[in-house]
Amino acid sequence: MNEDVLIKVQSNPKFKELVRKKTSLGWQLSLVMLAIYYGFILVLAFNPHSLGTPIAQGSVITIGIPIGIFIIVSAFLLTGIYVRKANSEFDALNQQIVEEARK
Amino acid sequence: MKSRIASLYAGLLTALPTLALAGEAMTGEVEKQPLNISAIVMFFIFVAATLFITYWAARKTKSASDFYTAGGGITGFQNGLAIAGDYMSAASFLGISAMVYEKGYDGLIYSMGFLVGWPIILFLVAERLRNLGKFTFADVASYRLSQTPVRMFAATGTLVVVAIYLIAQMVGAGKLIQLLFGMSYGSAVVLVGILMVMYVLFGGMLATTWVQIIKAIMLLSGASFIAFMVLGKAGFSLNHMFEMAVDTHNKGMAIMEPGGLVANPIDAVSLGLALMFGTAGLPHILMRFFTVSDAREARKSVFYATGFIGYFYILTFIIGFGAIFLLTNQPGMMETVMKNGKEVTQLVGGNNMAAIHLSEVVGGNLFLGFISAVAFATILAVVAGLTLSGASAVSHDIYASVIKKGKANEADEMRVSKITTLALGVIAMLLGIVFEKQNIAFMVGLAFSIAASANFPVLFLSMFWRGLTTRGAVLGGAIGLVTAVVLIILGPAVWVDVLKNETALFPYKNPAIFSMTLAFFFTWLFSVTDSSRQAQEEKAKFDAQFVRAMTGIGAAGASKH
Repeated sequence: MNEDVLIKVQSNPKFKELVRKKTSLGWQLSLVMLAIYYGFILVLAFNPHSLGTPIAQGSVITIGIPIGIFIIVSAFLLTGIYVRKANSEFDALNQQIVEEARK
Repeated sequence: MKSRIASLYAGLLTALPTLALAGEAMTGEVEKQPLNISAIVMFFIFVAATLFITYWAARKTKSASDFYTAGGGITGFQNGLAIAGDYMSAASFLGISAMVYEKGYDGLIYSMGFLVGWPIILFLVAERLRNLGKFTFADVASYRLSQTPVRMFAATGTLVVVAIYLIAQMVGAGKLIQLLFGMSYGSAVVLVGILMVMYVLFGGMLATTWVQIIKAIMLLSGASFIAFMVLGKAGFSLNHMFEMAVDTHNKGMAIMEPGGLVANPIDAVSLGLALMFGTAGLPHILMRFFTVSDAREARKSVFYATGFIGYFYILTFIIGFGAIFLLTNQPGMMETVMKNGKEVTQLVGGNNMAAIHLSEVVGGNLFLGFISAVAFATILAVVAGLTLSGASAVSHDIYASVIKKGKANEADEMRVSKITTLALGVIAMLLGIVFEKQNIAFMVGLAFSIAASANFPVLFLSMFWRGLTTRGAVLGGAIGLVTAVVLIILGPAVWVDVLKNETALFPYKNPAIFSMTLAFFFTWLFSVTDSSRQAQEEKAKFDAQFVRAMTGIGAAGASKH
C-alpha cells in the first residue's frame, strides 16, 4: 500500500466511522460472549452443585442442562447478529472507502 | 507429475484388497467384534471417493497458492462446513460422547468451551486475519515484525500444536480400525498415515477441503440419525431419556450436574481459557481463513461453522446419554480389563467407542458400518488438515521466508512442503504408536492449552497492539509455549499418568491460566522496554497494517483459475 492511499483512507471520515462501529460492535459482542461463558465457568468453579437443581419438582432435568444448551445457542446467535450487521452496513461503508481511496 | 499420481493411485487400488485380507486373517485377536463386511465396503467407498477427489484436485493444484489455500476459491459456506469438519474431530465425536457416557454433564462443559471460542474469532480475528495473511498465520504475526525470528517462533508453535493434535487423532484412528477390522493397532495407524499423506501430497488444500466437507456432511447426518433414534427410544421425551440414564448410570443423579472433571476453580477457569482462546491459535483452523476469497466470505464461514459445530455438540450430548441407557450392562457391550492393576468394567474396545456401539444398537449392522466409516473419515480429514498446516509452517515459514529470505522459487517451496508432508506422516505414525494408551479427548485439551498460550497472544497482539515488537513477540510467545509444555509435563496428565510418579509436581490439569497470562505479560514487558530503532520502525508500520486489516486494501486475492 503506498503512502498516498494510506493517507487518503486514514483521513476519510468514513474510515473512522467504520473503525469505530466495527470495533465497538466486535468488542461488545465479545464481552457478551465472555460474560455468558465465564459467568458459567465461575458458577462451575465456586458453586457447581447449584447447577444440579431440578428445573421442576420431581424432574431429573437439572437447570444445568438448559443453561448449557443456552450457551451453545447464544454463540450461534451472536455470530448471526454480527454477520448481519457487517454484511449490510460495514461492507457498504468499506466499499465506499475503497473506491474513494482509488480516486 | 501426472504419471506419478496415476501409478500411485493404481498402486493403492491394488493394495486395498490386500489390507482387507490382512484384516480378515487377524480376526482371531478380536473375536468379540467379527469382521463387518458392510463397514468395510462403506469404508472403501469413502476411501475410493476421496482418492478420486485427490486425483481431481491434483490436476488443479499447480501453484503454491493452490497447494496451501486451494487458490482462495472456496466459498464461505463450503469453508464453514470444512471448518466444522476440521473441528468435529474424532476426539470430539468419540471423545466427547465418551465423556458424556462416563460422566454425564461434564461432557457438555467441554463442548461449550470448544464452541464459545468461535464468536470471539469472528468478532476480533477472522476478517483481519484474512486481510493480512496469505498462507499461514505467521504471515499475519510477522506482517510488520522481523521475519526470521517471528516466523521461526510461529512455525515452532504450529509444529508443536500439530504434533500433539496428530497424536490424539492417530490414537483414535488406531483404536477405531482395530475394533472395526480386527487389524492391529499399529497397522491401522500406518494405514491412516499413508492415506493422509496421499491427500495432502497430491491434492493439497483443495483435496483436503473437499474431504473435510464430505466428511462433515456425513458426520452431521450420521450423528443426527443416532440422536433421533435415541430420542425415539425414549419416546421423544427428554425427561424420560435423562431418567433412564440416571437409573442406569452407577453415579445416578450425579451425572446431571458438574462432577469431578473440573476439580477446582483454578482448573475450571484455566480449562475455559484454553478452550476458548486455543481455537483462535490452532494453525490448521487459522489456515482455513486463507482459502476464501475475501474478508466477507471469511466472516460467513465462521457463522456457518458455529452453527454446524453447535448443533453437532448438542447431538453428542444426546448420543452420550443415549449410550448410558442403551449400552450399559447390555449383553455383548461390556468387558472387564486390567488398568493400572485395577479391574475396570468398560465398553468393548474402551469407552471411546460409545458412539460406535450405539450406532449398531439404533441402526443395525449397516448403520454401524456407516458410522465406523464416518468416524474413520473424520480422522483422515482432520489429520490431512493438520499435516498440511504443519507442512506449510516448514515450507512457507521456515524454508521460503527464513532460509531463502522470501526469495525461494515456487517449485522448490512446493518440493519442501511435500518432503515435509512425508516426514510428518512418518512422525505421526510413530507418535500414534507411542501414545496408544492416552485418553484422546484430553490430548486435544493439551493442544488447545499450547495454542492459547503461544500462538494466540502473539497473533492477537500483532493485530491489536501498535506497541508489539519483534523482541516482545518472540520472547513472550516462547515463554508461553515453554510454560505450557513444562506445566503439562509436570502436571497430572504426564507426570502421574504417563511417567507413573505418585503425585504431580504441578497440581493442575490445565496450565492455560498461568501460561497464557505469562505470555501476555512478557510480550508486553519485552515490547515496551524495547527502545531499539527496529522497534520504532515496527510500531510505525502499524498504521498501514491497520488500514489493510480493516478495509482489505492490498489483501491477497483469490487466484484466477
